[in-house]
Amino acid sequence: MVTLKLREKDYTLPGGIPLSQAFKRLGLDMGSHLAVREGEIITEDRVLQDGDVIKLIPVISGGSQ
Amino acid sequence: MKCRKCTISAVINLRQHRLALCREHFNEWFLGHCASTIRKYGMISPGDRMLIAVSGGKDSLGLWDVLTRLGYQVEGLTIQLGIDEGGQYSAKSLECTHKFAKDRGLILHELNIQQEYGESVPQMLQHARAGEDKPCSVCGLVKRHELNRYTMANGFNVLVTGHNLDDEAAVLFTNSLIWNTSQLGRQLPVMEDRGEFAKRIKPFVRFYERETTAYALLNHIDYIEEECPFSTGSRTNHYKTILNGMEDEHPGLKYRYYLSFIENKKAGLLNFAEDRQYVEYLCDQCGQPTNQPGLCAFCRLVGRKI
Ligand code: SF4
Ligand SMILES: [Zn+2]
Ligand SMILES: [Zn+2]
Repeated sequence: MVTLKLREKDYTLPGGIPLSQAFKRLGLDMGSHLAVREGEIITEDRVLQDGDVIKLIPVISGGSQ
Repeated sequence: MKCRKCTISAVINLRQHRLALCREHFNEWFLGHCASTIRKYGMISPGDRMLIAVSGGKDSLGLWDVLTRLGYQVEGLTIQLGIDEGGQYSAKSLECTHKFAKDRGLILHELNIQQEYGESVPQMLQHARAGEDKPCSVCGLVKRHELNRYTMANGFNVLVTGHNLDDEAAVLFTNSLIWNTSQLGRQLPVMEDRGEFAKRIKPFVRFYERETTAYALLNHIDYIEEECPFSTGSRTNHYKTILNGMEDEHPGLKYRYYLSFIENKKAGLLNFAEDRQYVEYLCDQCGQPTNQPGLCAFCRLVGRKI
């Protein structure tokens, strides 16, 4: 299983799927998050392996101008 | 995915530019793209005295870092809004900003709203009127007024802010949904100096928010990840999510949406009646520009203490 951490929540998905698929399955869009594995930002084509822990960093911020 | 410029693994894929880059080449691209935005829109002239508004977030700290690396001397201003509900948002943002400036030997100015006006932004919210009833509109009013006042009063002639393309696209979306022509008229990457209004520039307007976040992460900029408690459920965040959903299906859509708006405006193809370059009235109390005689919206707000 792959663990994806977003803020205080943990999600688990089976390994062997690319990051882009993981985003889709969690209902998240790529524009709103970056994914970090072992301290490195990874691109959406990278295949997630069983045992991976992925930190999802939200990129949206702010209120008014 | 490999970096387009070398053979190592890419850390980011900029789909709107069909460009995947490794850390080193992303940094090189990022600095170059920002420098080209500054040139393209004539943002900075020799001799300018620049003040950057810093919140401790990824955009403002990242921009301060980039401008410094590009060789510009920019002083920072942080405004303490006193937003500490359900956490320590203002305190933490100040901590990140302080650390950033100290580590790099940069000059940081501080302005505390409560000390200046006797009330924090959340306190002001309690006696806001209709139209000012949303936290972000009151907070935005306070920030705009105070940033301009501080810039003008301290001998700076350019106010720099870290707005990115997602911020601008969300504003454009908000204003075009209801055809708010006066706001559409005012939305530009550079607002020229208009007497009592200092020149305002946004050198990050051609970057997506995920790029400014990547820049901060890759360059170990310690920014505040925690969000302002008032931003949850804000309209801006809602619209940003909608635009990102469309962007996922159509890479580059956000980029074209905002930048063709600006290009068309520059070419004179979009003319908004309210594209005013002059100021109608000056506030009786603070002397800042306002669109009605008497007191400006900010002075009316702070004059209504409970
Ligand atoms: S999210 Fe809204 S209330 Fe919070 S700092 Fe930004 S503008 Fe102010
Ligand atoms: Zn490279
Ligand atoms: Zn006033």
